[in-house]
Amino acid sequence: MAVTLTEKAATHIKNFIAKRGKGVGLRLGVRTNGCSGMSYTLEFADELNDTDSQFESHGVKVLIDPKSLAYLDGTELDYAREGLNEGFKFNNPNVKNQCGCGESFGV
Amino acid sequence: MALLQIAEPGMSAAPHQHRLAVGIDLGTTNSLVATVRSGMSVVLHDENGRALLPSVVRYHADGSTDVGYPAQAMQSSDPHNTIVSAKRFMGRGLRDLPGAGSMPYQFVDAPGMVQLKTVAGAKSPVEVSAEILKVLRDRAEKSMGGELVGAVITVPAYFDDAQRQATKDAARLAGLNVLRLLNEPTAAAVAYGLDNAAEGVYAVYDLGGGTFDISVLRLSKGVFEVLATNGDSALGGDDFDHRIYCWILEQAKLSGIKPQDARLLLTRAREAKEDLTAHPEVRITAVLSTGEMVDLTLGSEVFTEITRSLVNKTLVPSKKALRDAGLEVEDVKGVVMVGGATRMPQIQHAVGQFFRQEPLNNLDPDKVVALGAAIQANVLAGNRSGDDWLLLDVIPLSLGIETMGGLVEKIIQRNSTIPVARAQEFTTFKDGQTAMSIHVVQGERELVSDCRSLAKFELRGIPPMVAGGARIRVTFQVDADGLLSVSAREKSSGVEASVVVKPSYGLSDDEIANMLRTSQENARADMAARALREQQVEAGRLIEAIEAALHENGDRLLSAAERAEIDEGMASLRSALEGQDHLAIKEQTERLNHISETFAARRMDQSVQKALTGYKLEELEI
Repeated sequence: MAVTLTEKAATHIKNFIAKRGKGVGLRLGVRTNGCSGMSYTLEFADELNDTDSQFESHGVKVLIDPKSLAYLDGTELDYAREGLNEGFKFNNPNVKNQCGCGESFGV
Repeated sequence: MALLQIAEPGMSAAPHQHRLAVGIDLGTTNSLVATVRSGMSVVLHDENGRALLPSVVRYHADGSTDVGYPAQAMQSSDPHNTIVSAKRFMGRGLRDLPGAGSMPYQFVDAPGMVQLKTVAGAKSPVEVSAEILKVLRDRAEKSMGGELVGAVITVPAYFDDAQRQATKDAARLAGLNVLRLLNEPTAAAVAYGLDNAAEGVYAVYDLGGGTFDISVLRLSKGVFEVLATNGDSALGGDDFDHRIYCWILEQAKLSGIKPQDARLLLTRAREAKEDLTAHPEVRITAVLSTGEMVDLTLGSEVFTEITRSLVNKTLVPSKKALRDAGLEVEDVKGVVMVGGATRMPQIQHAVGQFFRQEPLNNLDPDKVVALGAAIQANVLAGNRSGDDWLLLDVIPLSLGIETMGGLVEKIIQRNSTIPVARAQEFTTFKDGQTAMSIHVVQGERELVSDCRSLAKFELRGIPPMVAGGARIRVTFQVDADGLLSVSAREKSSGVEASVVVKPSYGLSDDEIANMLRTSQENARADMAARALREQQVEAGRLIEAIEAALHENGDRLLSAAERAEIDEGMASLRSALEGQDHLAIKEQTERLNHISETFAARRMDQSVQKALTGYKLEELEI
């Protein structure tokens, strides 16, 4: 089981954490809400939980709680630019369908 | 696929509910929009990667508009319909604009604010600003992929209520929800994280394209208070360009040049100025329409020399601002540089020398205000956890109401953070009083006549009661935008009256500073005046009460000798009242109180007797 970051995503995350001045890494998760059942959460992590799975990718520590990991296994997190907008993008092989905006998904 | 940003721990938004908020620096020359992305404040760019939006709007006959660079390009060929520096006209009447005659616009004097005649009709500065804000809003929504919940818009610290209100109206017209207006120097300080720094005094030196502002701020308990502002509304980076331009004309011995050559040389001058930030000397070359060649080399020493007087012109207001704040250079803990013109090394040097410390300049001085506004917007939109600070504004002068004798009862003290609500109970002064006039005043002095009157209203329909019987609760409430509402409610009957006022309306920072200063200078005299008025009110009340009692049953209850004694006591109190000695009045009041004690006791007995007469003991409910 693994979750990875693209190099571009890792560079941005390192930069954001440095600017923020604190944080041990990045926490990814899945919540059950949104129009297609699930949605992603993407947060700075200030502490580790005992049950967290940890992945190291391009020098960034990625933390995921065990429940979320089932839905995120194999995901690659990328940083993308679309027109004027830019941000993080989940390339998740588990997704079967997603809502129009892509913010929520089903597995 | 939507693009996501990293949230603070536990603050992830539900899908479609991102609290997108921006900070907007609505400048005289240029405007910017910024937001916080993955915890970092960034300025948003347009399709061409440009951060700045020139604050220029050009109107076409069909009502459509060009905003920004395309409008700026047409500024000299279509001057009537191309509005620049609309910010200078915000909330201003024609008589507030002394330089209006030299501007290329046809002004229409409308009530409250001037309007500008264009091919698309008369436009108010609010509408012009709204066009700029609309472009920034559009840019933000495209950049962030969603609708904005709100914006923090910055205004100069010296903007009065009319100008602030005009800015808010412009935002509303542009479809923006204003989370708060923030003072520009405060925003700059926030961008540097000074709100998390040590408490103390900070100076913000803001030299923009055409204006210079210096602000002195004090940070205490996470709140920035603007202590003093000063500046020069006709001094900026453009003046430095002009000095180089004049130097070129002089060196190349040019005279009577054509307008398009003048424009070319001004552009070369600006480029030279910008290059001199990084290089010790620059070469200036141009071919004029007459075929004349310009080829000069400008060194930074010469540049410093020819602009020395301009730099010094910024130091005079800086001195004044410190003096107004009652501070010395040593009291200033940090200096923040704002505005593109502060990149010039001679300015950095002069400011460093004046404040005897290295100024803070590692953020882009063009963007620092917008970056700070974005940080504030992010907090106000609820993207940070609750224990984080919330930058608050304070009310500059105390708010209170007039009480008997022309005294001020302060209800909200100055420097209270807003929003704030305070209530106090008052009562009637006379028997059977059915109405109460509520006079809302602002200021630090003890007497109403020395404070500023904000509003007056009446509470009617108080049930007749003995003096002091009614309980009237007066509530003062100041909302986040500094709007004050005052309400009064009589508790037993529930009658209510209220009024809404703008406490700072029309008061400049200078006037506020002046009001504060006189209150300090007159503190002792005010105390004495207050004591005197209080005694006068007390004595007046006593005389009135005794007179009423004497009239009612003095003849029956008092012997001639007792009556004479009371009359004499009243006469001496009256004569004491004519003087200004509050101690003498106090003494005579106490004496009269003492003399009339027996009379008061008899009156009490009599009324008890009257109440009980005709009842049997068992009929009384005790």
